[in-house]
Amino acid sequence: MSLLLDVFSWVLLSLGGVFVFIGGLGAVRMPDLYTRMHAASLTDTIGSILIIVGVMLQAGASLATLKLLMILIFLLLTSPTATNALASAALISGTLPKKATPYGKDAS
Amino acid sequence: MTVFFGVFLLTLLLIVAIAMVRTDNLFVAVMLGGIFSLLMATIFFLLDAPDVALTEAAVGAGVSTVLYLAALALTAEREKIHTVHQIKALVVVTTTALLVIFATFDNVQFGDPTAPVHVHVGPWYLENTQRYMDIPNVVTAILGSFRGYDTLGELFVVFTAGIGVLFLLGARPKKDTEAAETLIPQQSETSEGLRNYLIPRLTGRLLVPIILLFGLYVQFHGEYSPGGGFQAGAIIATGIILYALLEGEAAALRVVPQWMLMALMAGGALLYGMVGIVGMLLGGQFLDYSVLADNPVVGQQVGILLIELGVGMTVSGVLLSIFHAFAARDKY
Repeated sequence: MSLLLDVFSWVLLSLGGVFVFIGGLGAVRMPDLYTRMHAASLTDTIGSILIIVGVMLQAGASLATLKLLMILIFLLLTSPTATNALASAALISGTLPKKATPYGKDAS
Repeated sequence: MTVFFGVFLLTLLLIVAIAMVRTDNLFVAVMLGGIFSLLMATIFFLLDAPDVALTEAAVGAGVSTVLYLAALALTAEREKIHTVHQIKALVVVTTTALLVIFATFDNVQFGDPTAPVHVHVGPWYLENTQRYMDIPNVVTAILGSFRGYDTLGELFVVFTAGIGVLFLLGARPKKDTEAAETLIPQQSETSEGLRNYLIPRLTGRLLVPIILLFGLYVQFHGEYSPGGGFQAGAIIATGIILYALLEGEAAALRVVPQWMLMALMAGGALLYGMVGIVGMLLGGQFLDYSVLADNPVVGQQVGILLIELGVGMTVSGVLLSIFHAFAARDKY
């Protein structure tokens, strides 16, 4: 049972790590601010859920698990809100999304 | 493993520091400063210093960033490039850097148990905290009681810094004070906060009470877990600053008015000093808490709780006053 939990928790932790890594890759590789935020924010949310649930399985039924749950709720509330605030601030300050161009042609 | 993570984090720290020096956009520099503090907090945590990590995260990454942004709102976003005196500056910086690098050769080895810091008074504190105070967090015991004088000094440094900033920024032009006296509500863009943005406002309103509750937990649980007055003061200030950012500065001043901030600032320092004086009146030394109750151990615990409260009051009052001093100024 304990081995099963360990394996499951490590699977969750690794998956979370993979998602965060993909998010970081997207934040570097995407063409403009909005697509970068899209890549970073979505993967960050699923990544934090997976990693914290993975750590919760390691902690077992204890006070630490409860604290981790609070941190998870805090992250799930704040991280999408921060993304929303950032996107609307960017739009208000006049940053426009980059328009898609047909393959092989320049934006101009 | 600790060494691996330490090297990794220190490398990131170096990259952030170089980026911070090289950018001429002050907004970017402030954000990088926040990242720098967060990395420092992680390193402190890695070195088993959660109390310091909590302070660094709350003050460095949280409150300082907001204060820098408030200061930035009063000035331009780009740095003025100076080209004179660069050679002299380079010589000074290089000399200092070489001296610091030379000094690190005398540094003790990482984790060396025979280092002077580990064999001097450290073991005595670890062995005797249980006997004298019976609290698990030795850091709080040292900070609050064994080294009470130092913390009193620290608190007065914070208090003096607050007074200094208020002297520099708090004086408003005469026109403003008259307007305030006639109770004309000053409606500017900044005083509105984020009132028209539903999602940040709603989430923020949910979070403010939780942040304040967490601040109180850190304040009064500091004897048992990482935390104490400095961290709690910063966290509570953060919660109220968040409220000011969401609802506008005027709304925050209605909740915690200026006189209350002054009372918190002065009252905290006063409370700390009074605990010392009361100890003297009851026949002990200045800042000796053992005489505060019949049982010396209980007396120590009461004393630590009271002085931590004083620290928390002053720190939150000073940080909030500085924030309001910046936010109340018009853009020049």
